[in-house]
This record gives sequence, structure tokens and C-alpha cells, in this order.
Amino acid sequence: MKRAGIVAWNTFREAVRDRVLYNLVFFALLMIAAALLVGQISIGIEQIVIVTLGLSAISLIGILMAVFIGVGLVSKEMEKRTLYALLAKPVRRWEFLLGKFAGLALTLAVNTAAMATGLAGAMWLVQGSLRAEDAAVLVAVYFILLKLAIVVSLALLFSCFTTPLLSTLFTAGLYVAGVFAPEIRAIGKVTGNAALDAVAMGFSYLLPNFDNFNVIAAAAHRRAIPGMLVAQNTLYAAVYCAIALTGATMIFSRRNLK
Amino acid sequence: MTAARRNANNTPMTGPAIETEGLTKDYTTGFWLAKKKRSLDNLTMQVERGEVFGFLGPNGAGKTTTIKLLMGLTFPSAGTARILGRPVSDVGMHNEIGYLPEQPYFYDYLTACELLDYFARFHGYGAAERRERVERMLKKVGLETAGKIQLRKYSKGMLQRVGVAQAILHDPQVVILDEPMSGLDPLGRREVRDIILELKRAGRTVLFSTHILGDAEMLCDRVGVIAGGKLRGVGAPKEIVGVQSHGMEILFEPGSGAGAAGILEKAVRMGERYRIEVAEGELYGAIEQLRAAGAKILSVVQVRQTLEDYFLELIGAEQARTSAVEVGEK
Repeated sequence: MKRAGIVAWNTFREAVRDRVLYNLVFFALLMIAAALLVGQISIGIEQIVIVTLGLSAISLIGILMAVFIGVGLVSKEMEKRTLYALLAKPVRRWEFLLGKFAGLALTLAVNTAAMATGLAGAMWLVQGSLRAEDAAVLVAVYFILLKLAIVVSLALLFSCFTTPLLSTLFTAGLYVAGVFAPEIRAIGKVTGNAALDAVAMGFSYLLPNFDNFNVIAAAAHRRAIPGMLVAQNTLYAAVYCAIALTGATMIFSRRNLK
Repeated sequence: MTAARRNANNTPMTGPAIETEGLTKDYTTGFWLAKKKRSLDNLTMQVERGEVFGFLGPNGAGKTTTIKLLMGLTFPSAGTARILGRPVSDVGMHNEIGYLPEQPYFYDYLTACELLDYFARFHGYGAAERRERVERMLKKVGLETAGKIQLRKYSKGMLQRVGVAQAILHDPQVVILDEPMSGLDPLGRREVRDIILELKRAGRTVLFSTHILGDAEMLCDRVGVIAGGKLRGVGAPKEIVGVQSHGMEILFEPGSGAGAAGILEKAVRMGERYRIEVAEGELYGAIEQLRAAGAKILSVVQVRQTLEDYFLELIGAEQARTSAVEVGEK
């Protein structure tokens, strides 16, 4: 486990050195512009607009990073053959994968935390203060992080057996399908076809159900988010990541490095 | 393991350092992955503890495939391999092995110091020991002044030096180097040769692949020649090149005495000089003949088989161009 931590720290260092966190500048500019504009265009609902815009931006930027960096975590190491010298050290392949996952998760966590701080600043600017009900925004940010962890685990899984392009398509496709998991589940009911209903139900349960992680509207309207949902989503994300990482390990442990 | 002694890392202290038995590697190719190409065919060999073993062969002969199998980077289609008595699948054994990949490439956002420190962490060294080892290794490979420069600014030769440094950073019992002289200038090659000799003096086992025969002849206790995925021969370079005499070579400047024309017909012209090869029993007769012809004899040397001759004899010019043996469809 210690060796996975060493890999994770280096993965984080790589992201920092490759200036991945520069996206924060874009987010900061977006938040400043939004804070200045909403006061003029949305009388009475400034807070709702700024929270919705901010959380959506945090989610979108995070997803883009998780997909595009995630699919390169393993493939880039194999393509550049940096992995050869590393695996010649006493590092097991699962430790390498876990380290890569943890490193990108740490990068995304730091990135998301910085963006959340920016959002809090924008909210403070618009409202003049931060209130206890605004804690719902923190829960929404936490859910975004859980969602990103699942996306990273999927990207890592695909990158263990296919090309970066296909990994990107598969991960992005699964993400979009996961956002619409409830709609997919309802297809059978709408058509009234029992066979289609069974297939749609089965498929929707395999997909990561990202709909449950979307509480942006609730946070924007300062509605309290149930503690049970927090526990459920945490457990769901942990189990989904564990399954995806186990699959990735099983594939990668048998893979020949050419 | 029954009677063999073991050290603290559960590594047997006796037996060969590296042994393979029937090691075979097939790769699938083609769109449907229906075709198989055999990169390594039934390799059985042993590298003894403390010896420097040269793995010779043309490009695509199977040298790198063998090394990757030994390092657990690829998995054998058949056969077994053991290092220090332990199966190559045992990752814990990597504490005892150093490895330089062919044409190494490392994280280019790191400096050499950071890279070596990163690798040293996997061996469990504390901060002070890591710093000391990193400094010592950089000095050993001649990079002590470039340690703080990012690797993306390094030349190929400098990367090769970093590769050698990371391979021996943890003082391993067995060092496996894939084309260690590749990309190095004459000074760098000499430094790597010195490192290999130093490892040998320290009782370490070194297996290195090369197609530069001079290096193998100079460094190796034994060499193995591989071509077309098959081991063609194993032996000590001295046994190969030092015993069998192929005759005598006389270098001379021609004269104008009796029989001069007859001698020159048999000789090979090299500028102003001529070279003639004769059997050992005919040497004195040939010298008398040259003296009679008024020739000035410049040198007489024994013609011995070189490692290059041995190499070409074993694999043949045609086979040298063959990279792998096709074994048909599934």
C-alpha cells in the first residue's frame, strides 16, 4: 500500500508539473465574470444562478480532466515505456494501478477544492456573507468528487485493454449513459414491452447511476440534502470504484508490455 | 528449496543466478490476432553467480524478449525462468535485481535527482540514505552536475546514464542491462564498461545484451548467441576466439628479386603493402620465398577466429536478417 502511495504522489506531481491545474485560472475568471454579471441580470435569484453556474462548471471541468487524464494514466506509461523501469522495482501491478487512481483522484480533489473555494468567494460577493444553509453546496461538491472518482476508475479500466481514443469514447459514453440511467430504466415501462423492460433494467443497474449524485438544484435552492443519500452515494461510489479497479487489475496483471 | 541456504529475503544463496528452461514466447498478430509469431523458442540457459554474461544477437533476435520475460514485463507462452532461485513472477525479488530497459525513457518532468529518489523510495530507504545513494550514483555515471536538470532536457546518452544509475541504485545482486552501450559516446561506453567490471569485482551477476561484439569480448566471462529466437551457442569468448588458429598472416613490402611476381599473385594488396595468409606449417617456406624475392617483411601474426567470425558462422548472414520464426496460424 505504501508503494501505491509513492506512485500516487508522483502522479499528482506530474499533473502539477504539466500545468493541469492551470484550468483553475479559467474557472476563477468565469466566477468573477459571473459574480459581476448576475447582479445586473438576475434580480432576486443571484445566489441560485451563481451556485448553479459554479457547480456545473466544477462538474464539467472535473469530468473533462477525469476522462482525458484518466485514459492516459496507463497508456501513456506504456507508450513512453516509463513503466518498464518502474515495474522492475518491487512494485506489484495492482499497486501501480491503485497509485495511478489515487494520484489522479488527489489531483481532482485539490482542483475541486480550489474551485469550490472560488465558488464560495463568488457567493460571498453576491450575498455579502455565507450562511449555514450554504453547506448544501459543500455536499454537492462532495458528490461531484465521488462522481469523478467513478469516472477515473472507469477510464483506468478501459485504458488497461484498449487504445486511448476508444477508452475516451467508452468512458465518456458510459458517463452520459450514467447521467440518464433513470430514463434508461423507464424505457421498458414506457413501451410496455416486458423483454425490453428486463434488458433496460439490467443495463441501467450495470451503469454508474450518476443521477443520484446530481444535487446542484437542491444546493442552489438551499434545500437540505439527506444524510442517508450522502451515505448511500459514498458506499455506491466506493463499491463501483472497487469493482472497476479489480477488473482493471485482473486485465493489467495479465497484459504483456510490448 | 530443500538443502539450499537462503538469505534474509528468502533468496537461495546457491545455484545459478539466472536459469531458464524451455522458455518460449509467441505473439499473436494480424487483425483477428489469428497468426502467431514466435519471438523466443525453447530457451534453456544458465547464468552463474558472479559472472558477466553477454547476450549477443542481431536486432530482433529475441534478446529483449528474453530480458522482458525475466523482468516479468511479458509472460511466457511456455517454459520457466528463475532468478536467484525464485520464479520471475515473484515481484519481491526485484529488490535483488537491477534493470536497464532498451532505449530507456523516464518521467521527463522530473530531474535526475528526483527520478532516482522516486525509485529509491520503492526499496524502503530513508531520506538520508536516498540522498546519499542518489548523489553517489549520479557521480558514478558522470551526471553529478546535471542532477537538477529536468530529464526532458537530457540527450539520449545522458538518459542512458540515468538508466544505468537507477539500475544499480539499490546495489542489486543481479543486474540486467538491455543494450547498455546504446546511444553512448566513447567516453560514456568506457564508463559503463568500468561500471560492469566494478560490479563483477563486487561479486554481482551481470547479464547484458549487445550487438557490439567488441564490448562482449572485452567484458564477458561467457556469451550466448541468439538468432531467430533460438539460442545458437554459449561459451567463453576466450574459448571461442583464442584457441583455434586459422593460419598465419604476413604483411610485407614487395621486392624485385626472383619469384616476386609469383608471390604477389597470391597476396592481397593494401596500398603500398601486401598481405598473404599461409598455413602454420608453410610459414618458414613462405618467409624464405619472400626474402629471396627481396621483400621486406613487416609483421607476422597468427590468424584467429574473432567473436564476430563466430557470431556470423553461427547465425549465418541470411538468418541475421530474420527477426522471428513464424509458426503458422492458430
